[in-house]
This record gives sequence, C-alpha cells and structure tokens, in this order.
Amino acid sequence: MKSLLLILIPFLGAILSALWPSNRTRPLFLPVFALAHTLLAFWFLTRPPGFDPAAWLAFDPLARAILPGVSLLFLACAVYAVSYLRLHPQDNRVFVAALLLVLGLLSAGHQARHLGILWIATEAVTLAAVPLIHFLGTPRAFEATWKYLLVGGTGIALSLLGSICLGYASLHGGGSGDITFTALLEHGPLLSKVWVLAAWVLLLVGYGTKMGLAPMHTWKPDAYGESPGIVGAILAGGVTSVAFMALLRIKSVIDAAGESVFASRTLLGLGLFSTLVAALFLLRTRDFKRMLAYSSIEHMGILSIAASFGAPGAWAALFHIWSNGLTKGALFLSAANLQRAAKSSSMDDVRGMSLILPRSSRIFVAGMFAITACPPFAPFFSELLIIRVGLGAGQGWAIGLFLFCLLLAFLGLSRIVFAVVDGRPRLKNPERIHLKETAGIIAPSLALLVASLWLGLFTPQVLRDAWSAALLQLFAQP
Amino acid sequence: MNEILNLLTGLAVGLNLLALGTSRLRLLIRAVAAQGVLLGLLPLLLEHGAMDWQLVFITIATVAGKGFIIPTLLHRAMRTANIARELEPFIGYISSLLLGAAATIAAVVIAQHLPLFPEHVGSLLVPGAIALILTGFILLIGRTKAISQVCGYLILENGIYLFGLLLIHATPMLVEFGILLDVTVGIFIIGIIVDRIQRAFDSLDTRKLTALHE
Repeated sequence: MKSLLLILIPFLGAILSALWPSNRTRPLFLPVFALAHTLLAFWFLTRPPGFDPAAWLAFDPLARAILPGVSLLFLACAVYAVSYLRLHPQDNRVFVAALLLVLGLLSAGHQARHLGILWIATEAVTLAAVPLIHFLGTPRAFEATWKYLLVGGTGIALSLLGSICLGYASLHGGGSGDITFTALLEHGPLLSKVWVLAAWVLLLVGYGTKMGLAPMHTWKPDAYGESPGIVGAILAGGVTSVAFMALLRIKSVIDAAGESVFASRTLLGLGLFSTLVAALFLLRTRDFKRMLAYSSIEHMGILSIAASFGAPGAWAALFHIWSNGLTKGALFLSAANLQRAAKSSSMDDVRGMSLILPRSSRIFVAGMFAITACPPFAPFFSELLIIRVGLGAGQGWAIGLFLFCLLLAFLGLSRIVFAVVDGRPRLKNPERIHLKETAGIIAPSLALLVASLWLGLFTPQVLRDAWSAALLQLFAQP
Repeated sequence: MNEILNLLTGLAVGLNLLALGTSRLRLLIRAVAAQGVLLGLLPLLLEHGAMDWQLVFITIATVAGKGFIIPTLLHRAMRTANIARELEPFIGYISSLLLGAAATIAAVVIAQHLPLFPEHVGSLLVPGAIALILTGFILLIGRTKAISQVCGYLILENGIYLFGLLLIHATPMLVEFGILLDVTVGIFIIGIIVDRIQRAFDSLDTRKLTALHE
C-alpha cells in the first residue's frame, strides 16, 4: 500500500499548485514534489516492498525495473522547468498542475496490474499532457495538439477494444473474465485463441500508437516539435515507457496463451519498420526538435525489436529504456536552450550555436553521440546487448537491417546537429538573445548526460537485479 | 429481454446511417446523442432486472454523459465557431452511406465467424459494435470539420462501449466508471481545443492544419 504514495504525492502537488496564488513561486512545487517522488522511488528500488498479486496497483518487479528511471528524468525536467517558467510571464497554473498530474498518472500506469486500470491511466496521461503541448499557444501548437488528440485518442480507443477482447478470451475459455494480469496469466493456456490474437493486434496498434511506433507515429514529430523541451523529454522518456511496459505485460499473457511466435514476429516487424522509417525521416528533416522525435521513434523501434527476442531481449529492453530515457532527456533539454536562444528550431535559421551557447552546444553534441550509441554512454551498451541477443536468437537478417538503420540514423542526426552547432552564427533575430547559460538550465541536462555515462560504465548491481527480477515476473510461466 | 436489446441496438445502428447521410452538424450531434442514450440504457436490460445502486448509477452517468453533457459541449463549440454544415467532405454523403451499409453487412459477416457464447450468437451486440466502430472510422476519415470528426470518434467509442457490454458481469463497475470519466473528460478537452483552433485559424476546417510536415 505504501507504493500508492508514488501516485498520491504528485496528485497532492498538483492540487496544491493549482490552488497556489503566486505565479512566480508556483514552479517551485515541481522540484519539491519531484524530489520526494524520486527519493521514494529509489527507496523502493533498493528495498522492494512486498505486494499482493491480486492488487490492481502495486510496485511489482516490473514497475521497480522502470519507474525510478522515469522519476529521475522527471526530476531533471522539474528543475529545468523552474528557470524555464521564470522567463515565461504567462499564467503557469495549468502547466505546473498538469505536469505533476502527469507524474502521478505515469506512476499509476507503471504500477497498474489490471488492464482496465492500465487503460484508464494511459488515457488520463494522454489527456493531462494536452495543456502541456499547447502551452506556447501558437497556431502551430494547436495544430500539433489536434493531431495528438485525434491520433492518440483513436489509438487509445483501439487498445480499450483490445482489452475487452482479452477479457472475452478469458470468458470464452471458461474463465471469469477477470482482466487482472495475475488472473490472465493463470488462465493463459485456456484463453480462446481467436480472441487472443485479435486482442494482441488491437493492443499492439493501440499502445504502439502511444509509444509512437511507425506507421502510427504521425503525431509525434508535431507534438515534440511544437511543445516546450521539458514536455518532449517527459513524453519521450515517460509516457512511451508506460506504453512499452503495457506491451511487455500484455505479451507475457499472449506468451502464456501459447501465441508467443506470432506476438514476437509482429513486434519484430513493427520494430524494424519503425527504425527504418525513423532513419529515413532523420535524413530528411531540417528541424532539430522534430529530429529528436524521429530519434525517439527509432528507439521505440529498438525496444520492440529487443522485446521480440524473448527473456534475454526483454532484459536488454529494460536496460535500453533507462539509457534512452536519460540520454533523450539531456538532448531535449539542451535542444530547448538552443531553440530558446535562436527563436527557431530549423537548421535553415540556426547556425553557429557553439559560439552563442557553448555549454548547451557541447551537451547537445555529446548527447547526439550518446544516443547514436557511441561508447562509453549507456545506449552503446544496451544496443550492443540487443545485437548480441538477436544474433544468439538466429535473427541475423533482422540485426543486419537494424545496424543499417542505426548507421542511417547516425548520418541524419550528425548532419543536423553539426549544421546547427558549427559555422558562423546566423540567427533569425541576432540582436535579441536574452538567454544566459545559468546553472538552472545547464545542470539538469548535464546531470542526465552524466547519468547516462554512469549507467553505461558502471551499471549498478541493484538495477541489474531489478531487471532480472522483472524477467522472473514476465517469463515465470514456461 | 433479448428482443428489446436487439431493438435498441438496431436503432443505434440505424442512427449510424443518419449520421453518415447528413450535412447538418446539429442533426449529426443529435444522432450521436440519441445513440448514446440508447446504448446507455442497455446495462439495465442485460442485468435481467436485478437492480443495484451501482448499476443505476452507471446507467444514469452514461446517459447523462453521452446523451447530454457531451452533446451540449459540441453544440456550444458549434455555436462559437458559427458553422452549421459540413460543406466539402472528403467522402461524399451518398458514398458515406454506401460505405456505412457495406460496413454493417461486413460486421454481420465478421460476427458470424467469431467464436461467441451461445447467448451472444443470436444477439445484435457484436455485429452492432463492429458496425459502430467501422462507421466511426468512416466519419473520422471522411469529414473535414473538427466537430464531425469528434462525432465520428464518439460513434467509435459507442461501438467499443457496446462491445464492452459483453464483459458486464466480469468487470467491476469502478473500472467502467473510470473509462466513462476518461471519455467525457477527453471530449471536454477536445471541445476546448476545437474552440482554440477556431480562434487561431478562424475556421474549423482541419484541412487548414497543414503547417507541420517534412
């Protein structure tokens, strides 16, 4: 029951910040409540609380393997948000409250052990993120919000349909129709096959939309490109991980129902397609925030590929969630600095940022190398592990295509990053640069980058244990 | 019981065709609202007269949400946007109707091939749900005004709701209520965004939302 605090603390913060009268001091709620959440999450990581398998919400091994990383990313974004909102005089009541609400709902989604609760939490996160995406209030931001709502809403509706199908599979197989994961796993082999397959396809498309797998990714570049950098970081590192974890949990049910070959194949196909589509768009886009969105699609593809390789692949996927989340956070926050100084995110308008914002540019370049899997950052080690597992599983062709996509992605990312950073400064409004590189806007992204480096070089034993424990939960049934 | 159930579901499917064939947004919103009320009454029939307060509560909440709150929000969005008709749909009204009819037939065929409980075989629950879902997609794809697309989304949600009634004995009311709450809040937020789009673009034509692309 203690783990419910992870949900209730951010909710309390959201309520208090919505009632707080001062626009100037309200953003301070973010780091305070985020810090409390992170401390609690890491406390549970080192001392896992016991849980009741029948509970709807519990800090089970899978939540333990992922949620602390999301919490850490949120903490960095919350610290950044304080100095970010100081320069935005507009009313931030809804923004701060919605941000804390998102944290609470993310915690609920990660801990959900009931398909219905999982759906409610995911849908609620989708809705709570809406005011975050159109915070800047430009027509382009509303266009992005509309696409996000329509594509995301349709996707999430399909996952509800899939959840109902899984419930009917249980009923038709003689079960009680109980859609807690515990009951579904126990019932595994008896589930009605046709309904299980229909459920998997719908749930894969539904939660895949939320993750941003191609071809359901169309909302992603718009939403990430037009929203503030912190929002992009939280969507890319937090909301996607809830959706991916939902797919991991659901896949364990499908495996138990004896359809693991079909589930793995569809995951692998969708993952490879996403990686390829993202790599091709990375070669084309001219906007460095949209670039980050395509990079996120690529990494969601990598996660799906890893998840299709059975238990060792899932371990690598859990590792990659952490390394992608932390590195992506560093990239989004440093890119936000560049965009705020240059008042544009297109490589046609922005040049020579290394002379204007030297520190942010350095973090941006280092983050680019980190996310394209250059050693010794964490994504290098997690992707290496995925490749090893894939080759071990005899998926040589898939790994070959995967490596080719990584190469294309590296070319695309480095093309844009160096175009923005190098050269003589050329800005839209050269005389209007107000942004100073204070600790408040540099430290969070630097800390995330250091965390990514540290995770790669010295993956802590407690995390390795947490990931292995999560595998026991997912693959307990033979 | 089953006859009344089939009658209500049949009426709901009939309202699909009204929604597909009209260019007047007011009528479209009314059709969706009526569909919501019809479907909201179904749980009372399925429980075979066993009244408990949770069931009554969920019925009232569904009927109020789908039949009154959401349509009121849409009507208000329509008035502020000052539009009454969908003039240039991607898919014309006659084609929409034909597609809708084809979707209904397809729904019946698909439902016959699904393994169902004997008590669900004769009922229109499953084919009705599939028909509503497909109709929702036709409206989502075929219309250009934001409000019509939201109505399409609502019909899609209605279909999923109808499908969810298969599990009415298995899922706890709390979960169903959470789902309903999410849907209502979702439409509320969509209503706000529609309003903002109207102010930012001076139009509710989603074809104008084309600034973001590669």
